[in-house]
Amino acid sequence: MALELIKGNEAVAETALRVGLVSYFGYPITPQTELLEYLSARMPELGRAFVQAESELGAVNMVYGAACTGLRTMTSSSSPGISLMQEGISYMAGTEVPAVVVNVVRGGPGLGNIAPSQADYTQIVHGGGHGEYHLIVLAPASVQEAVDLTGLAFDLAEKYRMVVCLLMDGFLGQMMEPVELPEFKPVNLSAPSWAIGSENKDKKVILTSININPPAQEIFNVKMMTRWQEVEKNEVRYKGYYLEDAEYVVVGYGTAGRIALTSVRAAREKGIKIGLLRPITLAPYPVDVLNDLADKAKGFLVVEMNNGQMLDDVTSIVAKRAPIHFYGRMGGMVPYPDEISTAIEEMINSEPDVNRDARGVWLAKMRELVGTGA
Amino acid sequence: MLDTDVKILYERPLGFTETTTHYCPGCTHGVAHRLIAEVLQEMGELNNTIGVAPVGCAVFAYNYFAFDFVEAAHGRAPAMATGIKRTLPHKTVFTYQGDGDLASMGMGEIVAAAARGEQITVIFINNTNYGMTGGQMAPTTLPGQKTSSSPLGRDVETQGYPIRTAELISSLDGASYVVRRSLHDARNIRQAKKALRTAFEVQKQGMGFSFVELLSTCPTNWGMTPVNARLWLKDYMIPQYPIGDFKVSTAVEELAKGG
Amino acid sequence: MQSEIIISGFGGQGTLYAGQVYAYAAMDEGLHVTWIPSYGPEMRGGTANCTVVISDDEIGSPTALHPRAVIALNLPSLDKYEPLVAPGGYLIVNESMVNREPTRTDIHWVMVPANTIARELGNERAANMVLLGALEGNMKALPEGAVERALEAHTAKRLQKFVPMNIEALRRGAEFKA
Repeated sequence: MALELIKGNEAVAETALRVGLVSYFGYPITPQTELLEYLSARMPELGRAFVQAESELGAVNMVYGAACTGLRTMTSSSSPGISLMQEGISYMAGTEVPAVVVNVVRGGPGLGNIAPSQADYTQIVHGGGHGEYHLIVLAPASVQEAVDLTGLAFDLAEKYRMVVCLLMDGFLGQMMEPVELPEFKPVNLSAPSWAIGSENKDKKVILTSININPPAQEIFNVKMMTRWQEVEKNEVRYKGYYLEDAEYVVVGYGTAGRIALTSVRAAREKGIKIGLLRPITLAPYPVDVLNDLADKAKGFLVVEMNNGQMLDDVTSIVAKRAPIHFYGRMGGMVPYPDEISTAIEEMINSEPDVNRDARGVWLAKMRELVGTGA
Repeated sequence: MLDTDVKILYERPLGFTETTTHYCPGCTHGVAHRLIAEVLQEMGELNNTIGVAPVGCAVFAYNYFAFDFVEAAHGRAPAMATGIKRTLPHKTVFTYQGDGDLASMGMGEIVAAAARGEQITVIFINNTNYGMTGGQMAPTTLPGQKTSSSPLGRDVETQGYPIRTAELISSLDGASYVVRRSLHDARNIRQAKKALRTAFEVQKQGMGFSFVELLSTCPTNWGMTPVNARLWLKDYMIPQYPIGDFKVSTAVEELAKGG
Repeated sequence: MQSEIIISGFGGQGTLYAGQVYAYAAMDEGLHVTWIPSYGPEMRGGTANCTVVISDDEIGSPTALHPRAVIALNLPSLDKYEPLVAPGGYLIVNESMVNREPTRTDIHWVMVPANTIARELGNERAANMVLLGALEGNMKALPEGAVERALEAHTAKRLQKFVPMNIEALRRGAEFKA
């Protein structure tokens, strides 16, 4: 097994090439720019399409056009750019075309900063653009996982004719880890029969997201919801650590999830029976495993680099069967394992209360810790 | 029977489907559609063309043409066409956009596509208002012109000046062929067809970005009969938007002479 | 066993590169490793640091509040990280760029005149390798010679001519005992 030490952003770009990316359209924004820069050299070298667009709006609509050809296409950006891309993402969802969107999340709101964050969870997992649709959301926690999920993202996008979002953060984009990259596959230029310009179609193809008659739109939405049920049934992925005998469970994804792993191990060394559930697919969410854990766990600690956006999902699934605690950092701040260890201690030492206000308690502590700027 | 004397003077072009359009009586969209269908048929490109429809009155253009079509978000047709053309470089790709779509919402996309010299053809319908949403002021609305959102007439002091789009696009080095034509009478329609042919040939020969602005009427929102609308176009629009060639690259000049 | 190393200095002192060399060495020895730079506005001319974590198990956090080892290439880095080194850990200080010694007594520390040594070797830019040599010479988190082998294996062709000098820099640094 030949390993390469490579940055997350470049690993995603190289993997996309190797699994047959035909076209890439993007716009520079920190902290994802290495991805665009990497492909700006490699795509033309391989005779494939690369355009640095005039804006994220331009980029996502180029992806929309390319996605209509049924051939592998992607874009990448970071939070403010992803906000601009919501238009095209909604249109692609409404047109049932496959594409991969990488979001290397940074601190916000607004221009915010370029530090790592998970503040786009709600935007990506629960909507973002207008109308009702779902994205498949994959959240790697290591460079190797980013590589593996990049390949999976294209497969899932094509299988379900959906937009798949690889949800990273500045840490994962900038971090180097040894990875095994996939074999170089030739590009597939044989488009499916639903695609424009396809050699495999037998009639004129129209691709549009307009359904001017509400009954037709409703039928379309029922079809899309039914497809999403299939995705929920087939595509849930997560990784559990020390869950077999866990009395307490930490839930965290991506960078926050792997940082929590260090804290969970430290707690285990002290004899605390605690495990970690790290969702890999944020949509579809690993509901079943969390449901099972909720029946036996004495407490949950949700750890995020945001104000508790996944916390709301965990709260709704656990449904007052166990007390829930929360620890989050915001605005591009990344927790050290020591902070999560403290939160674990607090969970274990607190009176069990399934009605406790996890976010409220956390926020009061944050006001003390960092102040309110008042 | 006199069948030996029968001559076909008029028929549905092969590039059209057998669908009745939703356009208002007297609207020139139908004329523009027909010219495109005829040109692509004459070039033998019908099976090799992909169209990009706008948001606006032509949103359903894909129903009327017999080849592959996609429907873009408002103003983004040049970006979408870029994605298609870069992926399928041997296809003929064109956008069909109105003035709200292209000159307002999509000004960034059209300027960038032209500046890149994107190998696409853009057909720009200028009828000085937002037709689909009921005749609001457009970037192309004339000074003093009354619309549903400039009821006292466009006041340039507060509502700005109309944009001469073809002239603006012609200033970009990436654009190879940029012209304005009109659809208000038969002579101008014939000239418009010639320009469309040149524009598609430019793309076919890989000569760069081609852009044809077509002055068009909107009798319904202008509140005029079709005939009066055409007269109004001639008397009021042409002085503001002169017919002409604003950019013809040397290579395209040779092509036009040869053709 | 896990070790966290922070290498910190001014931009241009080769902090990120030194971290990468160490990360390659760990990777080649079959260990898990993460390398993460500080990135942001401070990249442009200010301080630069990276954190390397090596472990024989899947790595959780790629950063550490209390690292096992720190290389401080300048005074701001010494001031910032001296209090943070884990007790029993290692602090390697670039004597050429600071005006004081560490004051902690519960860690292993050593002063290394890295710029002076690098100049003697012919290129002041090798100071980072002198300090890396001092770190590994004391901490010994990797098998003997791993860093030297990584330099040989992962240096770009056009820079191979600097490898012997860098290896000499590692060896000179390793002579300084904390």
